[in-house]
Amino acid sequence: MSQEVGTVPDTGLRIKTEVKAREAGAAEIRDADIVIKHVNLSYGENHVLHDITMDIEDRRVSALIGPSGCGKSTLLRCFNRMNDLIDDVRISGTIKVKGLDVNAAATDVIEVRRRVGMVFQKSNPFPKSIYENVVYGLRIAGINDKATLDEACERSLKGAALWDEVKDRLNESGLGLSGGQMQRLCIARAIAVEPEIVLMDEPCSSLDPIATVKIEELIYDLKAKYTIVIVTHNLQQAARVSDRTAFFWLGRLVEYGPTADMFTKPREKLTEDYITGRFG
Amino acid sequence: MERHHFEDELQVLKQRLLGMGALVEDRVHQAVTALIERRLGLAEQIAGGDQEVNELQIEIDDRCLKLLALQQPMATDLRLITAAMKINADLERIGDQAVNIAQNVIKILPQPPLRPTIDIPRMAQITQSMTRDSLDAFVKKDAVLARKVLKRDDEVDQLKDQVFRVLLTYMMADPGTIERALSLILISRNLERIADHATNIAEDVIFLVEAKDVRHHHEERVTP
Repeated sequence: MSQEVGTVPDTGLRIKTEVKAREAGAAEIRDADIVIKHVNLSYGENHVLHDITMDIEDRRVSALIGPSGCGKSTLLRCFNRMNDLIDDVRISGTIKVKGLDVNAAATDVIEVRRRVGMVFQKSNPFPKSIYENVVYGLRIAGINDKATLDEACERSLKGAALWDEVKDRLNESGLGLSGGQMQRLCIARAIAVEPEIVLMDEPCSSLDPIATVKIEELIYDLKAKYTIVIVTHNLQQAARVSDRTAFFWLGRLVEYGPTADMFTKPREKLTEDYITGRFG
Repeated sequence: MERHHFEDELQVLKQRLLGMGALVEDRVHQAVTALIERRLGLAEQIAGGDQEVNELQIEIDDRCLKLLALQQPMATDLRLITAAMKINADLERIGDQAVNIAQNVIKILPQPPLRPTIDIPRMAQITQSMTRDSLDAFVKKDAVLARKVLKRDDEVDQLKDQVFRVLLTYMMADPGTIERALSLILISRNLERIADHATNIAEDVIFLVEAKDVRHHHEERVTP
């Protein structure tokens, strides 16, 4: 089906692209951790996601890219019901995380958020010690056994490549760390509850290049255990870290495929124009 | 230390490239051995084709393209990848020349050997050593070794001219030798082409190591 996608901001050209609401070649993906079918989302009158259908592959890094306002962060927040926090949101279609329909009435949203962790653009450690930051999720789940918490804390901080830097000062405030360390602390906190999926919304936007490299290397290690979905406005970052890339434009999924293909031979002209910096 | 993933990919690229270099060197060596020892079977084997070399070329170019697109290499990394793409092309052409030598050997062997053909084994020896040294220079990032390779190219060119002159006199003296002489002249040209490709590789190594483009006498080729 052919739909007018929208106006290119600078030149006023109308770009007509065949926007296929497609599953990204279901044959190519082995295990789909998140199955998204015909998702539409509106904020009040504002229809921001149009008929999104795609699968997020198990234990791979999937990147969502596109210009500001294209809907990528909105879609990301659908995976762990964070859009619940916004007034007047209407959503249709289905999102299943490992078979669990996240929007079903019977679904426990707390359980969803345990299984689908999130790391934000601006790292937000609690005003607590490093140790308490990491084990917070376990404590509120009712786990208070010191040995269990100690093990979880060490495991998570190691998993977030932060253990060596903080192991001798776990009782110090989490706010006393550098920007990159705080972000890794947030990652440790997210993985402490042993999620299956970790969502990252522009995780490196407020970090310097060296801290960014550390996080990117960490993402590469994390995917051995977790499915990762990352929203980034940094195309080069998407190219470096992800296995699959989804390109969004004005709330529509334009193209979704293996990252190597997206950046060497995209199928859609819109994708090519965006990736080569011709607009957006 | 950081960017392990990228570092690993670069190592794999280098390994594949050097694997191709070793394969191609070996094929040249076998083609030359087939000539000197007059071994038809060996010549036929090499002339049969270099599928493996061709597949490596495609794989290496694909790796380089992906590294450029996905990793945004800069400085030495960038020069390494562009050098790898060029060296890849030169290695594939060296492989083609090995096939050509073998095909020419097949034409010569049915008849008695022309002699002396001492210059050709000498050309072959220098050419092979240039190829090996240019790849060594790449592995060791040794611009000094690469420059030595460049210097030897003149000797190969002179030998090629010498071979031509000697074989010309043979042909003039005895037309019965023309077929064999022409094949030998072609072989000397194949070897000279291999040496040219080895100098291209050496030039690429110098660019990789020093960021200097020494092609076409752009710079003083001979270190003072």
